[in-house]
Amino acid sequence: MGAEIIQVDVIIPTQTKYLELIGQLGEQIVQKIDTFAADKDTLAYHLNLVLTEATANAIKHAHHNNPEDTVKIAIHIQDDAINIKVYDHGPGFDLQAVLSPDFDQPKEHGMGLFFIRTLMDSVAYIRTEDGNVLEIIKYLRPTGAKPTCS
Amino acid sequence: MNLELQKINGYSVLFVHEERIDAHNSGELKTYLLHLIEQGQIQIVVQLEGVRFIDSSGLGALLSGHKNAITKSGKLALVNVQKQVLSMFELTRLNRVFEIYANVDEALNNDT
Repeated sequence: MGAEIIQVDVIIPTQTKYLELIGQLGEQIVQKIDTFAADKDTLAYHLNLVLTEATANAIKHAHHNNPEDTVKIAIHIQDDAINIKVYDHGPGFDLQAVLSPDFDQPKEHGMGLFFIRTLMDSVAYIRTEDGNVLEIIKYLRPTGAKPTCS
Repeated sequence: MNLELQKINGYSVLFVHEERIDAHNSGELKTYLLHLIEQGQIQIVVQLEGVRFIDSSGLGALLSGHKNAITKSGKLALVNVQKQVLSMFELTRLNRVFEIYANVDEALNNDT
């Protein structure tokens, strides 16, 4: 079962009405992972949330003057790891400059990336030839332990 | 967005009849709450029984309503918050910001 690979690529217009589709896709994929025996409902919710936040972020930063602009979401599951890549064609942003929210003075914005960082194991935002990609990794270890090297 | 407003004992009780609050519909919720508060309806209870998913923009919409109600010496309480949705409030410590009750009756009986 460890060799089983799931790969799903979806391309959507830069419109928020598609967020539910992407979120639910992630939620349903988790329910299909036989090797993950821990709390599937929680992981399913977290993946729904992370995909929703990452896609919403890509839509927000997209070029809205171009109606043909798209966001590509790639979900790859292999060797007990979920790898999510969200591609946008916008100008990009500095991931390191996005700070964690101040919980003593909560604000309406800035919680999306906090969710992604907190619920997943690795987050990177990389410039590509024609845009950017937000790469997110979640390891499927029921104990929550992360590998020391890969 | 499917919202239903009921006046109960002087409170504006807003029933959110949506399974999901995300960046697609949270703007509508935020605007609705702001209009309520502008009209002087500042004692608000938001009933979230049917909501099984909320994202950061949904939390932001409720936080906006809460802050605006407080500014006008009112309040915005949440009731019937489902387990996974509640966990988002806990992760962001917003459970310390909002008054959260089991149901509408409990919120109305805790008038402080």
